[in-house]
Amino acid sequence: MCLGIPMKVVEINGPEAVAEAGGIRKNVRLDLLDGVVLGDFVLIHTGYAIEKMDPEEALETLDLIKKVYRAGMTGEVEE
Amino acid sequence: MSEEFVDAFRDAALAKRLAEELRSLQLERPLTIMHVCGTHEHAIARAGIRSFLPEGLRLVAGPGCPVCVCPARDIDLAVSAARREGFIVATFGDMFRVPATVSSLEEERASGRDVRVIYSPLDAVRLAREHPDREVVFVAVGFETTAGPIAASLLNEPPPNLTVIPSLRLIPPALRFLLDAGIGPVEGFLLPGHVSTVLGREGYSFLESEDGAHGVIAGFEPIDILNAVIELVGMALRAEAPRVVNQYTRVVSEQGNRKARELISSVFVETDSEWRGIGAIPRSGLVPGPGFAHLDAAGRHRLEPEVPPVDVRPGCLCHEVILGKTEPETCPLFGTACTPRRPHGPCMVSSEGTCMARYQYRPMKRKP
Repeated sequence: MCLGIPMKVVEINGPEAVAEAGGIRKNVRLDLLDGVVLGDFVLIHTGYAIEKMDPEEALETLDLIKKVYRAGMTGEVEE
Repeated sequence: MSEEFVDAFRDAALAKRLAEELRSLQLERPLTIMHVCGTHEHAIARAGIRSFLPEGLRLVAGPGCPVCVCPARDIDLAVSAARREGFIVATFGDMFRVPATVSSLEEERASGRDVRVIYSPLDAVRLAREHPDREVVFVAVGFETTAGPIAASLLNEPPPNLTVIPSLRLIPPALRFLLDAGIGPVEGFLLPGHVSTVLGREGYSFLESEDGAHGVIAGFEPIDILNAVIELVGMALRAEAPRVVNQYTRVVSEQGNRKARELISSVFVETDSEWRGIGAIPRSGLVPGPGFAHLDAAGRHRLEPEVPPVDVRPGCLCHEVILGKTEPETCPLFGTACTPRRPHGPCMVSSEGTCMARYQYRPMKRKP
């Protein structure tokens, strides 16, 4: 049950929130996180937001992977 | 979900490039790496990642399925609860069909007992509130990821008719156990992405020692996993000192989720725990702590298994599969006497089970 679904917070009412993804809205709990604001992306697991997702960090990671592997087309791993 | 930063990790061209890179690696000696997450096994099986492994590299599935390592005794207790007049047993879906010693929760429901499949611990709380005249017993199974939500749901004055059968286990002690037992031998771990949101990268610092292993925290897209496997191979072959790297920085931080850990330790305490088919692993489980002992279902209702629990049915090799000692496909029962519809053991039942993942993504035979 590692299942964690990325969703966007669209409503907040104290410890409860409404999160949305792919047109689906779910009631979720924010007890496990501090400082969640509207528009944040969170990972939902069994009805709770367990962590925030950082879109910029995601894209940076991907850029880095692309850089590493577009280089070294000979098959050597470059750092 | 159609957010750019999620979709970007499904870039087929980049995945292909990474797969080619992986396949082209030259290993001068055999190497075993292990993951400990059922969702990783699913992602690996679905993307066919093992078909890209270079000669000499083994990627084995470890005990990453919380339902598969749940001792039969815990399910037997749930069965006993289901058989009590007026009791409601609430369980997560993948526990519902797991065969225990004499029955399963699914069989109990088929026999007319009140067993409800729930998605969230909040559903168990709601059931208890909606039925104040009935006892609700929640089978609280999971790893660190689920311990947070379960703790949060039990903290705020849960209804008096709600109790739990605690079956929560911890990953770091299991990693230590695997290393000490010399399974593999494992030189590198693909670390579970969402358990890691709780622990943080620093939660694995114990691996960064002489008797440790390399670790890469990875997400669940093919790009995440391929990248992590390539990195692990590199670290092992360069004979670096064991190091843990976070490659899931979009959700996993260095310190993890401190608030979740605080909530967990305010409700639960660590305990030595039995893992089904493996035996006892020190300090690897969680049970209700002081102030919450009244939530323990077995204690409150004097639940007992009806017969001595049996963890491993004759012929079942799940306990070897979860240690990476046996591949599902080599089990004589795989796909014949043991299928998702008629599972012989938990590995074939659970959505996180290794045998289930292999069966689901097995090569299809073409009709002549």
